[in-house]
Amino acid sequence: MLELRSVTAGYARKAPVVHGVSLAVAPGEAVGLLGPSGCGKSTLARVAALLHRPDAGTLVLDGEPVRRWRHRAPRAQRTAVGVVFQQPRLSADPRLRLADLIAEPLRATGRREEAPRRVPELAAAVGLTRDLLGRRPHEVSDGQLQRACLARALVLRPRWLICDEMTAMLDASTTAALVAAVEDYRAATGAGLLAVGHDHTLLHRWCDRTVHWDDLSDAVAGEEGLVTPSPVTDGS
Amino acid sequence: MPGRTPVLSVRGLSVRFLMPGGRRVAAVTDAHFDVAAGECLALIGESGCGKSVLASALLGLLPANARTAGRALLGDLDLLAADERTLSRTVRGRLVGLVPQSPAAHLTPVRTVRSQTQETVSALTGVRGRAAVRAAARAAADRAAFPADHLDRYPHELSGGLAQRAATALALVGDAPLLLADEPTTGLDRALVDRTVDELRRHVDAPDAAGGTGRGLLMITHDLAAAERVADRVAVMYAGRLVELADAASFFGTPGPRHPYSRGLLQALPDRAFAPVPGMPPELGDLPEGCAFAPRCPRASAACAALPATVGGLACHHPLPGDDGEAPSPTASSTEDIRA
Ligand code: SF4
Repeated sequence: MLELRSVTAGYARKAPVVHGVSLAVAPGEAVGLLGPSGCGKSTLARVAALLHRPDAGTLVLDGEPVRRWRHRAPRAQRTAVGVVFQQPRLSADPRLRLADLIAEPLRATGRREEAPRRVPELAAAVGLTRDLLGRRPHEVSDGQLQRACLARALVLRPRWLICDEMTAMLDASTTAALVAAVEDYRAATGAGLLAVGHDHTLLHRWCDRTVHWDDLSDAVAGEEGLVTPSPVTDGS
Repeated sequence: MPGRTPVLSVRGLSVRFLMPGGRRVAAVTDAHFDVAAGECLALIGESGCGKSVLASALLGLLPANARTAGRALLGDLDLLAADERTLSRTVRGRLVGLVPQSPAAHLTPVRTVRSQTQETVSALTGVRGRAAVRAAARAAADRAAFPADHLDRYPHELSGGLAQRAATALALVGDAPLLLADEPTTGLDRALVDRTVDELRRHVDAPDAAGGTGRGLLMITHDLAAAERVADRVAVMYAGRLVELADAASFFGTPGPRHPYSRGLLQALPDRAFAPVPGMPPELGDLPEGCAFAPRCPRASAACAALPATVGGLACHHPLPGDDGEAPSPTASSTEDIRA
């Protein structure tokens, strides 16, 4: 299980963007989390990916509570979760060739020797051709770079995958191709998925079940006396 | 739209980029289309297909290594032949209003929406005098449904939706006969996408200053749902060429797209087959002979090794039928047949 229990998180203590949110994903399950832009769902995704320490609440990964975050998290927990973000250009080192980008987590975990086998395997799985692997991010399209970012997220064979608006910038065909690559991986490994997004049609089609952001806060009658403020919506 | 005078008439537009080492990138090849007053034409295609280059060509915003051919007539003015002075003084803002892709980047960060709108009013219209400029700026904001009590905010204080409206307000100030929207909905959630394109549609339908038939809108997008919501006609671009130009109702409805690529794009939608077009688009610097879609096309045959001519808006040797509702199952021939 990947369990988020009463998580409160944000960037300023006094103004958290996530208030007492609970959500669980069962092994092998695909859960779609729907919500409008700016509601805090991306922050929750970062907590689930061990990238953002919550102010309160717990993340429990396969029965183990997470106590340390980011690079301080124990390797076993860090490598159990793969993550893909909305904007590949913000999450890819512009100096790396795509092949090295995909192999980055292998190098970071001392498994560099697996790269010659894993990189071509994953490139094929996400639909990247061999000549693209030698290019740097500015030499490929957003869609091609996002394919590489998905391959990077899968390279350590995570049991959990977090996709935060993975396809929001992409055309319909690339979207369908990336979702198919995620589903092939999950079918082969039994990995669970938390897909965060705003597109109902997409997440309904993709996931076993979808939950809406507004239904997740459990602090309305919380013992701590928290009152759930309405999520910050796009105020236009 | 037959019978109406086009606002914009594009004839044989091509754009080549000259790269170091003598390489040439064929970003746009031989594009023909019209946009009429009161009409929205959606130009759709995958990222990197050349659609944004086409927009830049119309605005005279291509980089120095670009070479263009053909004509893009806005009334009597050929946008491709116009010099920078004409483009900046009479085209951008006055004849073509640009609704940009990332409004936050388009707005000047250190100045309020009011001051930017007023400056645009002074630059683009004959309105003079403080009070009159102020009133005209307020009216422009109002037309774009930008709330008056947010006019004194800075761009970073606006939500994505409001920043988009602020940018639209600036695009409308000059009352240009042609609006050009370049991926106006990227990164917005569905509710905001709907609102943004509905507002664009309103500006298309609203009579212009002279009480005429409204503006023409060329909307460049990869968002098929947004195109379906707003467009009268659809132009599909693949590897730098327009491969299908069709009525939006028949394209999104019955009989559906007739070019195999357009069909594949629509079938990739999650409320349709959710199946990707296999493979990836070719490099614009290294296009195959003949139909560029052939390596990915389920209908390809030996004939496709020759470039298909465009007939009735359609560039394909084996288009899907256009009269009955059901598409036949594509022939099983593959790319091997072509190269054989
Ligand atoms: S049938 Fe031939 S011409 Fe038509 S899209 Fe396919 S490959 Fe191109």
